[in-house]
Amino acid sequence: MTRRNIETLVGLFVLAGFVAIGYLALKAANLAAMTVGETYTVSAEFDNVGGLKPRAPVKSAGVIVGRVSSIALDPRTFRGVVTMELEKRYAFPKDTSASILTAGLLGDQYIGLNPGGDDENLAAGDVIRMTQSAVVLENFIGQLLYNRAAEGGDAKK
Amino acid sequence: MATDLLARLGRWALGYLYRLGHGAFFFVELLKNAPAALRRFYLVVAQIHAIGNYSVLIIAASGLAVGFVLGLQGYYTLSRYGAAESLGLLVALSLVRELGPVVTALLFAGRAGTSLTAEIGLMKAGEQLAAMEMMAIDPKQRVLAPRLLGGIIAMPLLAAMFSAVGIFGGYVVGVLLIGVDPGQFWSQMQSGVDVWDDVGNGMIKSVVFGVTCTFVALYEGFEADATPEGVAQATTRTVVISSLAVLLLDFVLTAVMFSTPR
Repeated sequence: MTRRNIETLVGLFVLAGFVAIGYLALKAANLAAMTVGETYTVSAEFDNVGGLKPRAPVKSAGVIVGRVSSIALDPRTFRGVVTMELEKRYAFPKDTSASILTAGLLGDQYIGLNPGGDDENLAAGDVIRMTQSAVVLENFIGQLLYNRAAEGGDAKK
Repeated sequence: MATDLLARLGRWALGYLYRLGHGAFFFVELLKNAPAALRRFYLVVAQIHAIGNYSVLIIAASGLAVGFVLGLQGYYTLSRYGAAESLGLLVALSLVRELGPVVTALLFAGRAGTSLTAEIGLMKAGEQLAAMEMMAIDPKQRVLAPRLLGGIIAMPLLAAMFSAVGIFGGYVVGVLLIGVDPGQFWSQMQSGVDVWDDVGNGMIKSVVFGVTCTFVALYEGFEADATPEGVAQATTRTVVISSLAVLLLDFVLTAVMFSTPR
């Protein structure tokens, strides 16, 4: 086999390898849907972030507008501070509220943004004041049991 | 005698340590020769051809078969919990994280490692390596280093092909034969597989395995007894040692990379 033939075959091999890597990255791992382009950073404080994870989507009206970049505990207020990166082309009013929602009954948690009516828009570094924490299933069930018990007690009287 | 046994144990342990240290120095020497091999890149290209191109068929066939089986077995288990839509995620994660790098490395040890060991062992037995040294050509630079680089370059590409073909195999069985919803199949996969944490770590694994398998094959070939039996034993040792090393390293790497769920 001549040198040129071997080089061509190796070129084909390397190309096939890169196609496979690209296939894994784009088709299997969804690299294309990650937010690219310019973003701005906004944070929000929650009483309870539940099972929210970094890189979870930030949605408004069901459309992905950004990603959670980090989650930390504020050592003074003991509230969870969620930092998120929103795409530059989406601007939200200053009184936008953020809530932690769950996709489906047992799905992953994401942040939902509800736009308010303020004239000014959120700028980079702003903090979203109005937040609604994640629903913790245990607390919810506990509340339910408590209410049922209270109702049962009333009926017996 | 007890002292005899003790002495034998000590000899065994010392011999083992000696081989380990010898191997480490050998590896460092190969790395030192790698830049020289990179300057004559055609040598590396020829090795990628010998190691990589000829392995594509066996890798693709095995990947397809593994994908088929993952599709069938995954569906069997997942459908019990009414989660058959997660089949795509199961197939992709198991391939990209574990099966792709590991099975590729095992096949690589059998397909390419053995031929490397036998080739170099026979070169040594035929005194070709000695003849090179007489001509003031360093066989480590001219023969071994290009093979090491070729193996390191070929392995991640082969592993990626294995995973890609395997996912296709899982798609064929899961979606086309069994009838899982194709949209769910892909979207569950895409939301669950992370580019860096899963695909990237899988690639790192396969690079590590590429270094390990190629190095073991070269070392065994270079240190083989220059007899037909010596080459035969060295070839056997190549498969045994590389397979064990890959499986043990895989455990260590998995523990380091994936121990904490995100």
